[in-house]
Amino acid sequence: MAKAILRVNDCGIYCEAGGFYVDPWRPVDRAIVTHAHSDHARVGMKHYLCSAEGYRVTRRRLGDDASIESLEFGEQKTIGSAKVSLHPAGHILGSAQVRIEVDGQIAVVSGDYKTDPDPTTAPFEPIRCHLFITESTFGLPIYRWPDQASVFAEINAWWRANQAAGRASLLMGYALGKAQRALSGLDPSIGDIYLHGSVHQLTELYREQGVNLPATKLISEVGPKVDWSQAMIVAPPSASGSPWVRRFGDHSTAFCSGWMAVRGTRRRRALDRGFVLSDHVDWPSLLSTIQATQAQEVWVTHGYRDTVVRYLTELGMKAKVLETQFEGELDDQPLEVAEA
Amino acid sequence: MKRFAELYSAIDATNKTNEKVAAMVQYFSTAPPEDAAWAVALLVGRRPRRAVNSTKMAQWATELAGIPGWLFGECYDSVGDLGETISLVLPPKGQPGSEVPLHEWMEHRLPELAKVLEDRQRELLTHYWMELDQAGRFLLNKIIGGAFRVGVSQELVIRAIAQASALDPPLIAHRLMGEWIPSAEFFKSLVSPTDEGESVDSRPYPFCLAHPIEGSPSDLGPIEEWHAEWKWDGIRAQVVKRGDRTYVWSRGEELITERFPEIEGIGSWLPNGTVLDGEILAWQGESPTRFGELQRRIGRKSVSKQLLAAVPVQLVAFDILEFEGKDLRQLELRERRRILNEIGNQAIANVRISPTVFADSWEALANEREASRSRNVEGLMLKRLDSPYLVGRKKGAWWKWKIDPLTVDAVLIYAARGTGKRAALYTDYTFGVWDGDRLVTFAKAYSGLTDEEIRQVDAWVRRNSVEKFGPVRTVTPELVFELAFEGIQLSNRHKSGLAVRFPRILRWRKDKPYTEADRLEDIRAMLTQLESEGISD
Repeated sequence: MAKAILRVNDCGIYCEAGGFYVDPWRPVDRAIVTHAHSDHARVGMKHYLCSAEGYRVTRRRLGDDASIESLEFGEQKTIGSAKVSLHPAGHILGSAQVRIEVDGQIAVVSGDYKTDPDPTTAPFEPIRCHLFITESTFGLPIYRWPDQASVFAEINAWWRANQAAGRASLLMGYALGKAQRALSGLDPSIGDIYLHGSVHQLTELYREQGVNLPATKLISEVGPKVDWSQAMIVAPPSASGSPWVRRFGDHSTAFCSGWMAVRGTRRRRALDRGFVLSDHVDWPSLLSTIQATQAQEVWVTHGYRDTVVRYLTELGMKAKVLETQFEGELDDQPLEVAEA
Repeated sequence: MKRFAELYSAIDATNKTNEKVAAMVQYFSTAPPEDAAWAVALLVGRRPRRAVNSTKMAQWATELAGIPGWLFGECYDSVGDLGETISLVLPPKGQPGSEVPLHEWMEHRLPELAKVLEDRQRELLTHYWMELDQAGRFLLNKIIGGAFRVGVSQELVIRAIAQASALDPPLIAHRLMGEWIPSAEFFKSLVSPTDEGESVDSRPYPFCLAHPIEGSPSDLGPIEEWHAEWKWDGIRAQVVKRGDRTYVWSRGEELITERFPEIEGIGSWLPNGTVLDGEILAWQGESPTRFGELQRRIGRKSVSKQLLAAVPVQLVAFDILEFEGKDLRQLELRERRRILNEIGNQAIANVRISPTVFADSWEALANEREASRSRNVEGLMLKRLDSPYLVGRKKGAWWKWKIDPLTVDAVLIYAARGTGKRAALYTDYTFGVWDGDRLVTFAKAYSGLTDEEIRQVDAWVRRNSVEKFGPVRTVTPELVFELAFEGIQLSNRHKSGLAVRFPRILRWRKDKPYTEADRLEDIRAMLTQLESEGISD
């Protein structure tokens, strides 16, 4: 039975047959990490396994001393009596779904994932399985992502308008993943692009991994005489309202997040613009992905778990809530977590 | 509609006044006049009535989205705004139809929608929803739900129209007063460089509004340069007499002539070409009654003889804006008062001139102000004697110097979600005070906290809900707030038996345990005290 493959205990999602955990939240011997965000790749595990594409960013997160092994997408590895392989999850660079096969039963832990296009990561692949573990960060029908190209066009138009008004454009998004995806959509012919230090470091890792991104400059390395009024600055959300932004003088602020789909969330943040750009699945993709896996059973973690489980159950599917300590898309906005 | 939706989004997206104005200037400079007229109407809050029942809208949207009702409920809970929730859950728009201009929506589509039977309403609305994108749907839902609001003041709209037409804002403000029908002709005359639109008889002038005084009145300079009078607690109104007809306008630019026949009657004694500015008050003997009495007259379209006899009203005039057909607004206040007093000397029924409160020093004036509450006034108004009559809320010429409010410490007992910016946050609070060992509902208030405090209270409400009734949550009694209000009176409509005027949150009393909140008998004593002061006067 599929249930036997995985269970959740105090430390995380555990596979007994392989003696490993997926994205554990307490120190364990063997951890497979789906991706390098801090709520999934935590320090303190003896051994880690991650995707080859995600090796650099995971190494950056976990430090030089961590014991990390990597696996190419699609490559199979036998751990104990479990056959394990990693498959693209489309969330951020190197994000993986973990496929676990024990005695012909297949479970897939998808971590965080999205099915929308993203030039900075390998595209999501649906995998047939008996048990599918899905996130539900945006598991409500109100979340339906606009076409990525139109969002990028909006961002570039905002940049041009700011230039015309003589003010800098401060674009904020999570430093790992969102910032690079947003960067990939910027049109460098409009002007110079500058990065906040934390975004810069991770962007360099993306480039080393072969991701093609527009040329950028590191803010701390440019001289004092920069004409910020024409510039695009990409920074993490924590930059908002901090003394760090004073150097730009007059500027317009924008935030890239799935939460920006709702007006109240946009307005509460007192931003000039909110761009709907998410690295998680929206409602239609969540449902179509579950269908594509042909899973007999679905476990739902972080986000609108109860809602999604109730909905799937009413559709006649076997679904249950999985209590985990994953956080989904926080974007430094504790308020949203309380609401999710 | 697309263009107006873009304007709405641009205004909604920013907190910066200049950007809002720039977006409106851009719109008014380029939109066809027949659409611009409706944009003006919507922006200044002349919104149409609700065209479709909102429960029905939610039901149809739920079915169209193919989701169960409970799931729509979850969505609504998360979004906090019905029109927006509907706009988000509907399936993606179908074939882009041809763009329907704003005036077509406002003049044909929406009136039809409001008129037809339910089945047809559903058919039409479904069709409309599916031809619009999310922004368009949201806007449509807001307009047909009678809840269209946008974050610009009338003053900003005026400024934008003025910029777009290269005219003076006061002129635009004046042309926007009174009755008008949104049409291409109206918009053309609004932005016309010539005076053709000025002769509308009914049109009042834009009201001059006062700011609360900052710091001490003695900072205003020598008292001799100032005119002091009571700050009346009634309905601000202009009485316009032109072409043998009388029009009474409220500050909300509502024509209230029929509601106040006594005030209309004043007109028959005034010469044509006269406009008075003042306050309508319920009057008993030689002083105004408490505001509560006047409330019985507000909201009544037609007034019975009994009510007229029970609550007679008068106009306390404090300014004159037009006389003998001449706009007097540029004259100094002392000159306008002189003309006003001449009218006062004619002893016209139901008009009295707001008397000057004399004092030879600011200290002496402060002493006079102490008597405000017993006079049923809100304090004093201070007006510069050499000032013209300004448009809108300008600083410097008119100040209100109100008496300190009454305060009560009350316990938060219910919380409901707010709307607009505060949608999805618990910001509308109901407070209780002790009656024996029970907390009874005392007042509602939803303003006065900082954004940070709102967030904290919101998080607390979510953790401390006891019960949920629709949008309202009952919470554990624990948080104490100091409420301020302007007046208090007996009421059989409230559980506590008391009604307060202008309740608002003064501060969060984190230092006070809820058991030590005020008691109903303390508040009743406050009322008795006030009344005895009133009688002793």
